[in-house]
Amino acid sequence: MQCDRSRRYRPRVFNFVLLFVVWILLTDITFGNMLLAAILAYLIPMVVGSLQSAAPRVAKPLKGAGYVLVLLGDIIVSNIVVAKQVLGSLDKLEPGFIAIPLELRQPLPITLLASTISLTPGTVSTEVSADKRTLYVHALNVENEPKLIAHIKHRYETPLKEIFEC
Amino acid sequence: MTLIDLATALFLLIGGLFLLVGSIGLFRLPDFFMRLHAPTKASTLGIGSILMASIIFFSFKGDGISIKEFLIILFMFLTAPISAHMLSKAALHVKQKPRQDTLNLDRLNAIRDRTNWASRS
Amino acid sequence: MLNTVILAVSAMIGISLLLNLWRFMIGPHILDRVIALDTMYINAIALIVILGIFMGSPLYYDGALFIAMLGFVSTSAVCKFILRGDIIE
Repeated sequence: MQCDRSRRYRPRVFNFVLLFVVWILLTDITFGNMLLAAILAYLIPMVVGSLQSAAPRVAKPLKGAGYVLVLLGDIIVSNIVVAKQVLGSLDKLEPGFIAIPLELRQPLPITLLASTISLTPGTVSTEVSADKRTLYVHALNVENEPKLIAHIKHRYETPLKEIFEC
Repeated sequence: MTLIDLATALFLLIGGLFLLVGSIGLFRLPDFFMRLHAPTKASTLGIGSILMASIIFFSFKGDGISIKEFLIILFMFLTAPISAHMLSKAALHVKQKPRQDTLNLDRLNAIRDRTNWASRS
Repeated sequence: MLNTVILAVSAMIGISLLLNLWRFMIGPHILDRVIALDTMYINAIALIVILGIFMGSPLYYDGALFIAMLGFVSTSAVCKFILRGDIIE
């Protein structure tokens, strides 16, 4: 596959930066702490590296940042909608299981999509079919099943596909 | 009453309201799958808002900015979907009964067995 | 003013904790109890953070982080146990 070139060192750099920043945030910014953070951030990914599965390359990091912003806005807006539904009449709600056909194939993008769906109020991802081609989602209020599926596919899956380029 | 206090109070109130909504949802929604919706999301947003208030308060009151709370926000937003997914998987496994008017209720067995939707229909 | 708001929000979280406790007691299935406990963890974190703001000291932050981690790990451990009947695979 052409999308997993250069995956041997990219996650290592990402892990280094992540561990370094977290260690600095947990402690104070002094020279000793930064030195310790650098050593730990270099050693820990080496030790636990074999636990990691291969991740596809992030092709467009800027688009990823935009995706996170869109997601934050959606979380806030739709939480208000769900708050109204929860406090309103429960008989009007029409819960349901829906199936979303997946175009993503790698495990990491599918995980991200499932987490996105779970964080967006009104939907919780329940299960992935064994061949990783369908994502089962429980929705709190299904007004229009094809419309909801199309909305999720258009708003969340298409950007993820572009970000991971495969 | 400064602007900082006002912003802190606003974020605290929003957070408290969402935490309350999440708990009310957990309390009164009728079946397990619907109950799963309220706490995992409304409560996550509520705790995010309250930690945001803490960031604002300590950044302007204390010495230097404090963004340690951002770690908790990140942790909550990363783990909430994972625990929701595990809980719903476990609920399918122990055959929790959803509400009777749930859409596609007849396909619950297919979901539990992780078969592909299209091949079954 | 801020102290009044803090008291009001603490009251809201207290009511939330009571509702969670009620769900924890009546919950028909063990999973309902697990999710009630998970929500109680989240509400407890909120209460600790608010106490930190009230006291004007950022020291309570570490406790909040600790409870957040414990909550996630215990929830996933119980889920694993229900799914497989075993915690460590």
